[in-house]
Amino acid sequence: MTTMTITPPVGDAIEPRKMVIVRGWQDHLFRALSRSGGGLVLALMGLVGLFLIIRGSSAIQVAGWSFLTTQAWDPNSHHFGIAAVLSGTVIIAVIAIVIAVPMALGTATYISEYAPAQLRRLLIGTVDLMAAIPSVVYGLWGFFFLDEAIVPIAQWISTYFGWIPIFDVPGFDPNDPLASTTVFTSSALVAGVVVSMMVAPISASVMREVFAQAPIGEREGALALGSTRWGMIRTVVYPYGLGGIIGGIMLGLGRALGETIGVYLVISQVFTINIHILHSGTNSISSLIALRYGEANPFETSALMAAGLALFIMTMAINFGASIISGRSRSGATAEA
Amino acid sequence: MSDTTIVSDPTLVSIPDANDTSTPRAAGRTFLPIREPEVAAQPTRSIGRLRREDAFRMLGAAAAGIAATAWLFTQVAPLSGVLPFILISYLFFVVFYAILVRFDESVVGVKDKLATVFFNSVAVVLLLALVDIVVFTVIKGLPAIIHLNFWTEDLTRGGPLDPLTVGGMLHAVVGTLIMITIALVIAIPLGLLCAVFLAEFPGPFSRVVRTVVEAMTALPSIVCGLFIFATWILLLGNPPSGLAAALAITIMILPIIIRSADVVLRLVPGNLKEAAAGLGASHWRTVVYVLLPSSRAGLMTAIILGTARGIGETSPILLTAGYTTFYNFNPLSGPMTSLPLATFSLVKQPSDNQIARGFGAAVVLMVLVFVLFLVARIIGGKGAGQLSRSGLRRARANSRRAAARVDRQPLVVPVSAGPDRRPGSESGAQ
Repeated sequence: MTTMTITPPVGDAIEPRKMVIVRGWQDHLFRALSRSGGGLVLALMGLVGLFLIIRGSSAIQVAGWSFLTTQAWDPNSHHFGIAAVLSGTVIIAVIAIVIAVPMALGTATYISEYAPAQLRRLLIGTVDLMAAIPSVVYGLWGFFFLDEAIVPIAQWISTYFGWIPIFDVPGFDPNDPLASTTVFTSSALVAGVVVSMMVAPISASVMREVFAQAPIGEREGALALGSTRWGMIRTVVYPYGLGGIIGGIMLGLGRALGETIGVYLVISQVFTINIHILHSGTNSISSLIALRYGEANPFETSALMAAGLALFIMTMAINFGASIISGRSRSGATAEA
Repeated sequence: MSDTTIVSDPTLVSIPDANDTSTPRAAGRTFLPIREPEVAAQPTRSIGRLRREDAFRMLGAAAAGIAATAWLFTQVAPLSGVLPFILISYLFFVVFYAILVRFDESVVGVKDKLATVFFNSVAVVLLLALVDIVVFTVIKGLPAIIHLNFWTEDLTRGGPLDPLTVGGMLHAVVGTLIMITIALVIAIPLGLLCAVFLAEFPGPFSRVVRTVVEAMTALPSIVCGLFIFATWILLLGNPPSGLAAALAITIMILPIIIRSADVVLRLVPGNLKEAAAGLGASHWRTVVYVLLPSSRAGLMTAIILGTARGIGETSPILLTAGYTTFYNFNPLSGPMTSLPLATFSLVKQPSDNQIARGFGAAVVLMVLVFVLFLVARIIGGKGAGQLSRSGLRRARANSRRAAARVDRQPLVVPVSAGPDRRPGSESGAQ
């Protein structure tokens, strides 16, 4: 119920008229209701965050700075840290992103620029659907198929590129025909490939949406100036969609860092920093929580909370970075009011 | 300007054709520009269709690539295997194709052709890999899902040694549906209310709420489970139950729903809301009758995508629900399992039958997500004010009825007729 009382200008001076909005009780009720809804969500989310911070920091205080440098996880003897799990998480996420980004970028470009119009709708639906497939399905594929299928590839890489430290596999002699190939299973590479398959459709879906919004006038302008299709994509579509590309990568990275089941199923957990990505054994924060929550006493739970907090802070920083970057770009400027 | 225009401007005369020495250079003289010989009409460049030369080039390069790889494998290097063969022949194909294109085109053209090849192959590889994942799951689950009992029984009698003709996954479906229903009963009203608040009452407070919600979308799903595990189960002493799992799912999907609903609500055209305000509607009526209906499709999509995410996530349930093999319709007591958790628990067991059942549960889960997704695609994907075919028909019928009513009644409304009490009208209070 909105009634506007307009006060007429006094005297000769023209002043801006004053508008007094009188609201009915329904509006006040509505305002109070939505305010309380927002407040409730804030309280709930704040509670989760605060609880995580309080419980986690009590464990971090016990461990001190060694929380960041200790590799072992033995909270009962107060000897625990996230060096191993954090490095494993980051390594898996980086492998996933390195594989997923070219795939996602290529697929998004193909769908938005190259695919025939009849095929495009189908492809968009397929990619969006793949982004919604539960992660446990990707985990199954990794555990039952990829873990074996990747062995010859990993073996080949380590044989010919073993001089690069990350591709080195200690304990495997390529000249020994009887050498066991089990050192190549359950590695960070397997987990990274599984997560990349999970992340690629999500990133591709974000990127494609932005590419499709690239202004048609500029596209036609580039083509009219004699540009090839690739030239047009490089000079119009990609600069326009840069925010979307980075946003898609960051979104994928956030998912890759937090992924639990897909990683937990395929890796064999070790509590040492393992930079040999082809060698069996790695770890991640979420797998650590999934492995250790069951037998945990209150202090161990706090320690797990601290690890979860570290993961949360990392993902949150990436998310905010993504929204800032995509908000500053041309394509993002119109989307966020 | 046609080319017969007589140029009399002296400044223009100073730029004559360099080859034409007979052009008068003295200022002030007029002359007719010499007509260029007709340029043959350039053929329209086709950037879309595959031309015949392209097809020939590709076939030739592919044949040459395969032949060269075969020669390499059999005569030169001791290589073997299908995958290396495909990879190396692909590399040869790209090289040969570039050389063939270079015969006719400039470097720019070669780059364009190579980019086309790259994007086509990347898309094919990714889509094949994704389809492979789904097909692999279905094939491994096939022994279990072809039996009718898999869809109609629980797993009480289906132990590791029992054949696949006994036991099914219905208890996990029931558990999944109960958990997601509880989660949605909390998350939908709260999420929509919060999204309306964010969209309709901008201010410092809503900025804080939006920032916190945005931050919470980054909360890893396992941490949601850990939070409920540490508070609801350890701190308050409740046993693992369907309710605990539902709460964990709620915490996970609430920020997702709010964030996407907020974006949808802010995309509602301002003139719709202004029109409502201009007709004298109050704020809350504007929200109920204009804002929410016009963004219904987008809101449904937001909810359904949040639901799909909540159904598919394993980790919050892993920590909070417990695993069972029997029906449990009571979310308040006793462990309750869900499809992803059943998949996860079954495939870890060292029994072929249980693994097949686990894959079967994954297939059931995928079917559930596919159906939800299809519903989202059918409902969603339309912007504010865009109506579906049936919606358009209804709107037309409505306006026809209104027109008939206006025709029946004279438009002269007596001033003393009193306030209009029809729903949706606010004239009564004015």
